[in-house]
Amino acid sequence: MNRRDLFAGAAFGLALAATPALAQDESYTIGVAIPSATHGFMGGLNYHAQASIERLEATYPQLDFVLATAGDAGKMVNDIEDMVATRNIDALVVLPFESEPLTSPVQAVKEQGVWVTVVDRGLSVPGIEDLYVAGDNPGFGRVAGEYFAETLEEGDNIVVLRGIPTTLDNERVAAFEEAIEGSGINVLDMQHGNWNRDDAFNVMQDFLSKYDDIDAVWASDDDMAVGVLEAIDQAGRNEEMWVVGGAGMKEIIARIMEGDPMLPVNVTYPPAQIATAIELTALGLVSATPVSGRFIIGSQMITPENAEQFYFPDSPF
Amino acid sequence: MTDTTATEAQAKPRRRLSFHVIGPLLALVALIVLGASLNSNFLGYGNVTNVLARSAFIGIIAVGMTFVITAGGIDLSVGSMAAFVAGVMILAMNALIPSLGIGVPLVLAGMAVALVTGLLAGSLNGFLVAKVGIEPFIVTLGSMGIYRSLTTWLADGGTLSLDFAARTFYRPVYYDGLFGVAWPIIVFALVAILGEFAMRKAPFGRHCAALGANEQVARYSAVRVDRVRMTTYALLGALVGLATIMYVPRLGSASGSTGVLWELEAIAAVIIGGTVLKGGFGRVWGTVIGVLILSLIDNILNLASIVSPYLNGAIQGVIVIVAVVLQREGKSAD
Repeated sequence: MNRRDLFAGAAFGLALAATPALAQDESYTIGVAIPSATHGFMGGLNYHAQASIERLEATYPQLDFVLATAGDAGKMVNDIEDMVATRNIDALVVLPFESEPLTSPVQAVKEQGVWVTVVDRGLSVPGIEDLYVAGDNPGFGRVAGEYFAETLEEGDNIVVLRGIPTTLDNERVAAFEEAIEGSGINVLDMQHGNWNRDDAFNVMQDFLSKYDDIDAVWASDDDMAVGVLEAIDQAGRNEEMWVVGGAGMKEIIARIMEGDPMLPVNVTYPPAQIATAIELTALGLVSATPVSGRFIIGSQMITPENAEQFYFPDSPF
Repeated sequence: MTDTTATEAQAKPRRRLSFHVIGPLLALVALIVLGASLNSNFLGYGNVTNVLARSAFIGIIAVGMTFVITAGGIDLSVGSMAAFVAGVMILAMNALIPSLGIGVPLVLAGMAVALVTGLLAGSLNGFLVAKVGIEPFIVTLGSMGIYRSLTTWLADGGTLSLDFAARTFYRPVYYDGLFGVAWPIIVFALVAILGEFAMRKAPFGRHCAALGANEQVARYSAVRVDRVRMTTYALLGALVGLATIMYVPRLGSASGSTGVLWELEAIAAVIIGGTVLKGGFGRVWGTVIGVLILSLIDNILNLASIVSPYLNGAIQGVIVIVAVVLQREGKSAD
């Protein structure tokens, strides 16, 4: 073996080492960490996350995705640590399971120079994320409240079913109350239905026993609306009142499309917001489009006229 | 001397029985009086039917739980199992519509699927506890997670819904009844009466109590320990199936959030009713009272809205503890 060959070999080795490095400059890995599909809304969120990942992988061959779903905050932290350690991610899209326990792990990821997109639930320290994408909780209550204020007359009676006692629920209810203030609508009662069909059914049965005159129900969630409608049906008081749910479950949207008089409208709180977050993050990586900042997805009113554009028959939610 | 001990011995059990019996009954009567004074609709036909019918699911399960606990076991998986059985039942009925059409055969097939699924699920718990010899707390904690996530998986994270036409046909099983008494209430009453009979008069009840009190003694007394233990779990599984048969027509759907915490409500009802958590003594009618106490608390809190709804859980907790304390005082008094 003479010297020239030795050099050639070294050059070949260098070239080998250089090629993947070059390729790595152009390809990116995006980690997506979301809660697992334990109920309808998260089911929809998982569906939209997977759908947008498939779409983006087809459009941008240089993008790689790591999707991890977690049943609790601890598992989510582990998932994120694994993504950084073993997949060397360039960007992280995370829907924090809980704000507090996820804050410092996500901060650590950020400090390693990874782009961070936070979805729906904020972290407890501001300024960690590059991009924040969320639904509009006060808007969710306000849009519903405005519909009640416009449609009902002074002295009409309503009952309200609330979700699981959380900040999110408080924001929605406060905005709803603000929107109906001064309209003369009586809120007879508010109880927690915990975003659960069975609980909402029981609470509504009791409301119906307690009050002889109810003109409308703000069920504030479509799962609760299903239970409420069944209780009203059982009492045979269908003619008397209408129900507004929320979040846009496909079965409810279908009934709005058919013009069901008991379900006049719905308010969106789209599980597809995860798709917005993933798409924007990808766009920021593959192009020079600026995507940092806050992106609040407005809560829209779904009416029989526009219901079709909110109907996703393939989504589980 | 002999005379005095004899009379004392006679007096003791009588007094204990009366205190023991009065505890949960007293709490129930107090709740009914409270409810009636707070709202005039409380004792109305509609409200009484609502409360009894919604008690039926937990009630039917709690009767089975009474036997499991009396025999010294515990089952944490019943809530998840109910969700799983409901999911399987809905999928089976939807799949059978093309071949059976919508009618009585479809509903009967659905009921059979629910009972068999429940029985198999319960038997599996029983097998692992009785034959493999694993702690029941661990076995059922494991199966609790398994059934819950199987349901979520079957539903693809969403909700499993029964075909609309099939549901309309099946609906009367929850909402209609005989002579104005809803079906779930009738079924609950039958299960409770049969359970009370089995606990008091049948050998099975005595075997459960013997097994729960002292396994070695039961074994030497020719009780087939493994078989009795396995039967309690299988029976509970079948009763979960029966409860599901009543549950599915109510909302026609099942999801990962169906039956959450039912296991704890059922266990609480059993203990409120006077059954001993560590086994050896069980009282089925006490369980029925325990179930009624739990659902009346919810009902009264909704009807009265006297306190912040944030405190509902705290009030429930206080009443549950008080109901049990009443019994304890009765016991220590003798």
